[in-house]
Amino acid sequence: MMAPDQAAEVADAVRAYPRVAAVGGGSKRRLVGAGEEISLRGLTGILEYHASEFTFTARAGTPVAEVAAALAEEGQYLPFDPLFVAAGATLGGTVAAGISGPGRFRFGGLRDFLIGVQFVDGRGELIRGGGKVVKNAAGFDLPKFLVGSMGRFGIVTEVCFKVFPAPVASLTLKVACADAGVAVERMVTVGSSRWEADAMEYLPQDSAVWLRLGGPEVALEKMAREIAACWPGEVEIVAAGEADRFWADAREVIWADGAPLVKVPLTLSRIADLEARLRELGPMPRRYSAGAAGWFACPDETALDAMLAAQGSRGLAIRGGGGSSPWLGSCPSPEVARAVKSALDPDGRFPSP
Amino acid sequence: MPALHDSLRSLLPPDRVFTDPARMAVYESDGLTAMKALPGAVLVPETAGEVIAIVRWCVEHAVPFVARGSGTSLSGGSLPVADGIVIALNRLNRILEVDPVDRVAVVEPGVINLDVSRAADRHGLHYAPDPSSQTICTIGGNIAFNSGGAHCLKYGMTANHVLGVKAVLATGEVVEFGGRSREQVGADFTGLFCGSEGLFGIALEITLRLLPKAEIFHTVLAGYHSLEAAGNAVSAVIESGLLPGALEMMDALAIEAAEAAVACGYPEGAEAVLIIELEGPVEKVAAEREQLAAILAETNAFETRVAANAAERMTIWKGRKCAFSAVGRLSPDFIVQDGVVPRARLGEALRRIGEMSVETCYRVANVFHAGDGNLHPLILYDGRVPGGLEGAEALAGRILEMCVAMGGSITGEHGVGMEKRDYLPAMFSAADIAVMKRLRHAFDPGELANPGKMFPGAEAPALTTHGLHPLEKAGILSRE
Repeated sequence: MMAPDQAAEVADAVRAYPRVAAVGGGSKRRLVGAGEEISLRGLTGILEYHASEFTFTARAGTPVAEVAAALAEEGQYLPFDPLFVAAGATLGGTVAAGISGPGRFRFGGLRDFLIGVQFVDGRGELIRGGGKVVKNAAGFDLPKFLVGSMGRFGIVTEVCFKVFPAPVASLTLKVACADAGVAVERMVTVGSSRWEADAMEYLPQDSAVWLRLGGPEVALEKMAREIAACWPGEVEIVAAGEADRFWADAREVIWADGAPLVKVPLTLSRIADLEARLRELGPMPRRYSAGAAGWFACPDETALDAMLAAQGSRGLAIRGGGGSSPWLGSCPSPEVARAVKSALDPDGRFPSP
Repeated sequence: MPALHDSLRSLLPPDRVFTDPARMAVYESDGLTAMKALPGAVLVPETAGEVIAIVRWCVEHAVPFVARGSGTSLSGGSLPVADGIVIALNRLNRILEVDPVDRVAVVEPGVINLDVSRAADRHGLHYAPDPSSQTICTIGGNIAFNSGGAHCLKYGMTANHVLGVKAVLATGEVVEFGGRSREQVGADFTGLFCGSEGLFGIALEITLRLLPKAEIFHTVLAGYHSLEAAGNAVSAVIESGLLPGALEMMDALAIEAAEAAVACGYPEGAEAVLIIELEGPVEKVAAEREQLAAILAETNAFETRVAANAAERMTIWKGRKCAFSAVGRLSPDFIVQDGVVPRARLGEALRRIGEMSVETCYRVANVFHAGDGNLHPLILYDGRVPGGLEGAEALAGRILEMCVAMGGSITGEHGVGMEKRDYLPAMFSAADIAVMKRLRHAFDPGELANPGKMFPGAEAPALTTHGLHPLEKAGILSRE
């Protein structure tokens, strides 16, 4: 495996082989396609971080954990709860996978915080898109395009993110919900409420919705009391230690217990129906993150694949499973997607999308 | 072109196909009034099907087209191609759906920005991007140019709020990117489409992310005796860990203009004013306002006012929102620039703009989004004076180069369009631009969709003129 430690060497590596595939920390192996593997783990380091700009620039192989620690020293954070941080996820891999955690609820997901990229295209050239300031409308939005692109259109070598001040305090609530219908109703209430919850996670098997509020402590206590009064007897204020464990578990997806993991983008209005259908598929640990994605730990993808296909929706296997393609369900591909692929990767050096 | 007029009339009823130059005059130009071009025809479709048919007709006949909403682009984004087709989308103005469960709105491209928030209001929701022209600009144009507004630091730009786009591409292909979910899998084609300046095709149906309305606002106006003191105050607020919804700044010349226009009553003798707005749940804002007051007390503001109610808040904002058109009272013409600098260099940038202003004898008023470093220098000139416009453009160019040299951008929210296309290479390498052109060709191999925009070196189908946009004169439109 090649292990370049400079962006130019990544470009050299791309030109050197007819088929290449980028690998970061290895936390989402299923997304790596076929080809000579290029490890980006040597391409590390925070290049620029000025807390007062709310931005940082780092090489793609930098572990998210390293960045999170540097941000925390300045009281800042990536609000979308990057996943698999303790498992060694890198910034580049996180961008390529396009995944966000429960914290995407308040301010948006990874796509809303990535503001600049440098990447190697299929010609082996180093290309920049976006910029290093939080507001920028110049040129095509290549940073956004590469979110979730899984190294199929280019290998990200450098990223620039917008960051936010971390809330001074957090408070976690656990809301009991008898069934999926009740849970959805309550999540809708939270979503259009004045409370501005930072994170939301629904655990159907525990019949509970977890909420994380952020802000000044005195404000959080008042809002927690109001939420508790909203659904009497069903709201529990979670002790700090347990809350930390819960959100860390969500970020690391420890709950899936190492099983193959599938992400399905969705909306709140789909959850009750999905839950009804899933009962027919047998036990499958799962969570609904920020009302925007379902995460399914399924030892056998076939049934989920068929169900998604029947609904005309798609899913992506992030890790585990034997299949070569990470795609589940129906995957319509417009003509223009092929044209875009050949614009960025004319010789098909990167795996096909 | 006249040879094709009969063929065009087969697409739409005759009353929605304009070929008479007098009828088309209003479409010659957009918010960048210094440029104009007469199209070959203006078509006014009323349905997505009609838009698709027109685009396919353009592909078949290799005729360039420019989609247009309300024509508020400040970068010449909807400037027609001489002899090409203008597709006016204002009648595709239906809000197809507002869904309070999924918290999305599905709209047609001709829907006015503010109408989305109006429609979402009864569900306690709103559409966050708020360009100053939001009472008139359309969502289609907002998407094409990735519009901003006063709340971008906290909420991002238009692209951050677009979840799905159904579009007809410049090949005639109809595609659907993204969907209703805030999450997606695979490369983000929706994100790529936003901000593509109309070079890929025309959005037909757009799914927008709605957010809960803030419960209360806490709006503070602070007056300073120097730009530097105001700039330092911006840094102090940002470094405190607060995340204001808006943080705006105006200099003396902009204040003077605003006072003359709307008597906003800003602190007398101020060299600069700041508008700082906190928003959120009442308990949170109650705690944060104490923190903000303590920070501002240390910043040498000679006067600080807190809006006691919604009316006072509106008065504070009125001066800011009208500033651009107000500057029209100070000068027959002006150019609005839109560069971005890292926030820490705002003070330096303003000082250098001041020096350049003295050096070139052009007055420059500054109104800007201080929280995100997005400058809006307004360069005042008289288009009737020979060389007046050219000198103003040269100064604008120097300001853009300064922004790039400081690590910023040539445009924060207006887009490159016609106006700044020659400056794209200041930000991007030849290889970067070559990749963007290849992408453009993937969507538009015939270079039919809004040709001449964004990329340098294309033919400029423009003449020069002067004065405010007709809608601006009528007080309908204001510039960001």
